[in-house]
Amino acid sequence: MIVLSPLKKFQFPVIAECISPDIFKGKSLAEIAKLEVWEGNKQRTLGDLFKIEEDKAETPDIVINGDASEVRFVGKAMKSGEIVINGVIGMHLGEKMAGGKITVNGDAGGWAGAEMKGGLIEIHGNAGDYLASPYRGSSAGMRGGTIIVDGNVGSDSGVYMRGGVIKIRGSAKQFLGFRMVDGTIYVQKECGTRVGACMTGGKIVVGGFLEEVMPTFTIDSIKPKVKIDDAESANGPFYVFLGDLAEEGRGKLFVSKPANPHLSSYEKFL
Amino acid sequence: MTELLIKNGFVFDPINGINGEKMDIAVKNGKIVKSVNERKAKVIDATGLTVMPGGVDIHTHIAGAEVNTGRLMRPEDHVKDVVRKTALTRSGVGYSVPSTFVTGYRYSKMGYTMIMNPSMPPLEAKHTHEELNDTPMLDKATYPLLGDWWFVLEYLRKGDLTECARYVAWMIATTKGYAIKIVNPGGLESWGFGRNVRTIDDQVPYFGITPRDIMCGLAKVNKMLNLPHTIHVHTNNLGLPGNYLTTLDTMRALESVATGDKPVAHITHLQFSSFAGNDWGTMRSGAEEITKYINAHNHLTFDMGQVIFTDTTTMTADGPFEFTLYELSGHKWVNSDVETETSGGIIPFHYKRNNAVNATQWSIALELALLVKDPWKMFLTTDHPNGGPFFAYPKIIAWLISKRARMATLKKCHKKAQKLSLLPSIKREFTLYDIAIVTRAGQAKALGLKDKGHLGVGADADIAIYDINPEKIDIAKKYKAVRRAFGSAAYTIKDGEIVVKDGEIVKHVDGRTIWLDVKTAEQVKVDEEMKRRFKEYWTVEYDNYPVFDHYVKVSCPLTIKADV
Repeated sequence: MIVLSPLKKFQFPVIAECISPDIFKGKSLAEIAKLEVWEGNKQRTLGDLFKIEEDKAETPDIVINGDASEVRFVGKAMKSGEIVINGVIGMHLGEKMAGGKITVNGDAGGWAGAEMKGGLIEIHGNAGDYLASPYRGSSAGMRGGTIIVDGNVGSDSGVYMRGGVIKIRGSAKQFLGFRMVDGTIYVQKECGTRVGACMTGGKIVVGGFLEEVMPTFTIDSIKPKVKIDDAESANGPFYVFLGDLAEEGRGKLFVSKPANPHLSSYEKFL
Repeated sequence: MTELLIKNGFVFDPINGINGEKMDIAVKNGKIVKSVNERKAKVIDATGLTVMPGGVDIHTHIAGAEVNTGRLMRPEDHVKDVVRKTALTRSGVGYSVPSTFVTGYRYSKMGYTMIMNPSMPPLEAKHTHEELNDTPMLDKATYPLLGDWWFVLEYLRKGDLTECARYVAWMIATTKGYAIKIVNPGGLESWGFGRNVRTIDDQVPYFGITPRDIMCGLAKVNKMLNLPHTIHVHTNNLGLPGNYLTTLDTMRALESVATGDKPVAHITHLQFSSFAGNDWGTMRSGAEEITKYINAHNHLTFDMGQVIFTDTTTMTADGPFEFTLYELSGHKWVNSDVETETSGGIIPFHYKRNNAVNATQWSIALELALLVKDPWKMFLTTDHPNGGPFFAYPKIIAWLISKRARMATLKKCHKKAQKLSLLPSIKREFTLYDIAIVTRAGQAKALGLKDKGHLGVGADADIAIYDINPEKIDIAKKYKAVRRAFGSAAYTIKDGEIVVKDGEIVKHVDGRTIWLDVKTAEQVKVDEEMKRRFKEYWTVEYDNYPVFDHYVKVSCPLTIKADV
């Protein structure tokens, strides 16, 4: 196990794509200290910016202690192993991740789990905007794996999602699951508007308050409960909406009936 | 000015018939000379290296409104290819729509020294020249789109070729262009009404003329004006199954203009115009039929438009075709109408090996290049970025010189495409001499650039040196080494100065912008009548329209005396 602690409070973004179990594997402390990172527009080594220690414990492979809110791209494209972050972590956590596990005991910045293909990310605090969403302009959304957020998430999460599961124990801001194609998103508490805009497939479950459903969704039925993944299902009852009809979509939007009495007017169309 | 002596290289200079001879090249004041004082000159030891003229690219979309919209539209294209600044070079981004500086650096690293930007709406000429100014390391020129310009259509309808020629000459000089570019003749004007033309004898709405009239008319105009290049044609029905018949019709129609063996037209990115079959399910290669015609006639030149299996951005003035692509892919798209002149469209596209149509397209371009017997007719391009980014040229060179290389790629392609491909039956492998023709000499000759594409005395000292020893290696077997060598030149020399060494930029130079100042006996008068037409037809006043001299950083006008 390698323990990294920032030597100072970073003033500039630190691009640290090298912090990944696949890259650290088989390297000595000295070799790890020589890995290249960028601090703003200056090239540095990992040893310049972090105190690097070895711990006898086998797992997790990497632990980051302290304020890493400016440290970006941690666990990029990792395939195996485990990273634990005790504190805040910066943007682009676990981008293009294909396997392994990342645990954040704190908050995560934007674009966590962007373009993820597999593995597990657990964030015990809040996550920023663009959770599991592709880079701007791209349509390569999350393809597989699981993301669990105990807190709240920002806007535009699960954009262009094509597979996998996102579970949000708190609330989500607007444009959740924009242009979603497949996969599952579960928000336990309230959700911002425009949820599922332009979605063509997949399912979004809102367990809390939702101000309004987009006019391009049509009500289909009321279901007592809905399956999230093999281990979990959510109890309703839920209004089931289909859409987005503007895109001839067949996505499903489940909205809690008890939390949303203002949507009862939809029942007359059933 | 420095003197330079390149000693003992294997020189490939097809225009002067030099095929791999060991010889010295002397350079003085940016030109190639007979000899220099060996003690004073800087000597480059090229023993065991291949020396060629600097590369010339006849068709590459690198500047202008269209390219810039492509840049705006594709942040995800840039993020995967970020280029940091160095002490000498500027930062930028790359991949399919690179920033201007990166474009210049990457071409230069491959040994290219002259590129042609093939589609400039005259209305966007200023923007295009601003970007060309910022494209370093290279000499540049650009072709204004004139095939659907209302003035041309009006005079062709009246049958007044002389007046048409005067206006074309005026437009080329006003926009500082180099050749007449025609895209989907008649189709772009029809697209303004939501229609397209499907054969070369369909009528253009309102004007009542046909694509045949436009192409033949402008080919005659091109002759009357004595322009160095021919008309540069993007055919009708481009990118649609069965379009090889339209292409054959186009080529036959242009026979009427030809006299002798002199080319009268250049048909560009021919791959996209050589599809057989009735629909996408039955789409197959029309290369056999097309090349049979090409081998029997001499009035045309072509370029390949090779497809590379990658994520790229398609951009063309052919608005209706881009709309078809949108309907096929459902990707984000841009389409526009440029007032009285042309249209435009952009859409990202990912060419995939395991897609039967894409793999067949890849095969068609190579079939065309290999089946055309005379390399002086068919040049190497990807129609950057439509078929793929230009820095994939070394890959294409490898496919051309080595059957083994192309079979290795074909093996990974879609089964149906493998079955339909003619490549397994083609034995031909290009030599370095052929490569020098299709990447520089042939293109320079077709463009009428007398000082480019060769190493004879008096030519511009634009030279590329590659780490290939043709005596030691069998290029067909060691195609990977050749690919590497063409991707990063040992030396690139621009106007007698070493600008690239071992694949790295060592000196930043601004290239020239070459344009034609066509002198007709009677010049077009910008009078009240002309200004009234501007008010009526365009959103800009005449006074804001021309590209003034101060707009071009290093201006290099060629004065042409017209017959009219």
